[in-house]
Amino acid sequence: MEEATVNVDSQEHPEEASIEKHSTMWKTSGRIVTYFLLFALLGLLAWGLAKVQRGQVHSGEAPNFTLKDFNGNALTLSDLRGQVIIINFWASWCPPCREEAAYLEQTWEKYKDRGVVFIGVDYVDTEKEALAYINEFKVTYFNGPDIGTRISQAYNIQGVPETFYVAKNGQLRGVKVGPLQSPELDLKIEELLAETYP
Amino acid sequence: MLRKFFFTVFVVLLSLFTAVTVVYAQQSNPVFPTDDDVNAIAKKLYCPVCPNTPLDVCETQACKDWRAQIKDQLTSGWNEQQILDYFVTQYGEKVLAEPQRSGFTSLVWMLPVIVLIIGLGFVSLLLKSWRNRRNHQVSDAPPIPSITPDVLAKLEKELQEID
Repeated sequence: MEEATVNVDSQEHPEEASIEKHSTMWKTSGRIVTYFLLFALLGLLAWGLAKVQRGQVHSGEAPNFTLKDFNGNALTLSDLRGQVIIINFWASWCPPCREEAAYLEQTWEKYKDRGVVFIGVDYVDTEKEALAYINEFKVTYFNGPDIGTRISQAYNIQGVPETFYVAKNGQLRGVKVGPLQSPELDLKIEELLAETYP
Repeated sequence: MLRKFFFTVFVVLLSLFTAVTVVYAQQSNPVFPTDDDVNAIAKKLYCPVCPNTPLDVCETQACKDWRAQIKDQLTSGWNEQQILDYFVTQYGEKVLAEPQRSGFTSLVWMLPVIVLIIGLGFVSLLLKSWRNRRNHQVSDAPPIPSITPDVLAKLEKELQEID
């Protein structure tokens, strides 16, 4: 519409039409830039909100990671294919973690020779307190700090404790939010051990 | 016999004195950070558990542990930057109260400036385009008829007559 006006004007007043055209061009570019910035900001906001609302990763392939324990020994999740894996996020400052600590260790002792691996991921903790916690509950399964919170971000945990179940084929089979209570972990492990694949 | 006893006591005391001196010398510059020293760094960090709570005022166990860690690090002679770097490495950039000025988070600092520059540019272009249009409209207005010297002389004469 504006373009048409410019064309008509250009026949009668070429100078005015040129200024009008110039002005329209700048206005259009300005609008494009403004809309682009606006949509970019809205997109960023939506992405952030979606990330927060997404909740824990509880299905599909378990995000791979390498965790180093407090002595520097490394363990990579993908190397454990063929075994049932229990990934427990915990912290020494978390009271509910203390509620489940003994039960986790007992269950580990019960299943460690049956193709089950337990991995403790220590979330935003201090090493001194984490080691004291491990000693207090005599935890013997693999445990290490989540350096840079990369693992907890990959699993999108919402707090601690949270326990993720990984089947022998590397697929996630759910997540338990909050402290585990006997015998729920036993039942889940039995269920995962019973899984067969073609 | 008595001389031997005093000699032995002297040797023992000398050994103890030497040992104490050596231990003290090893800790020649001991650092005893105060709570203010710890909080000066803690306020640059955020609690990992509660949203938007600075570490220096947070009373959760996690924050108490973190502050104790800062105190240990200060006692070991770490400086502020080393401690902040340690926390970023250990717990991620999100623990910083003020985002870093490098990498992806530098966008937080740059974006408002970029938006401001683009906004100012846009406003200046808009003003320029309005000014051009107004000048053009003014120049399009019917020309004011020029006053010739004859007419001017006539006008002056008439004014003088009125006076």
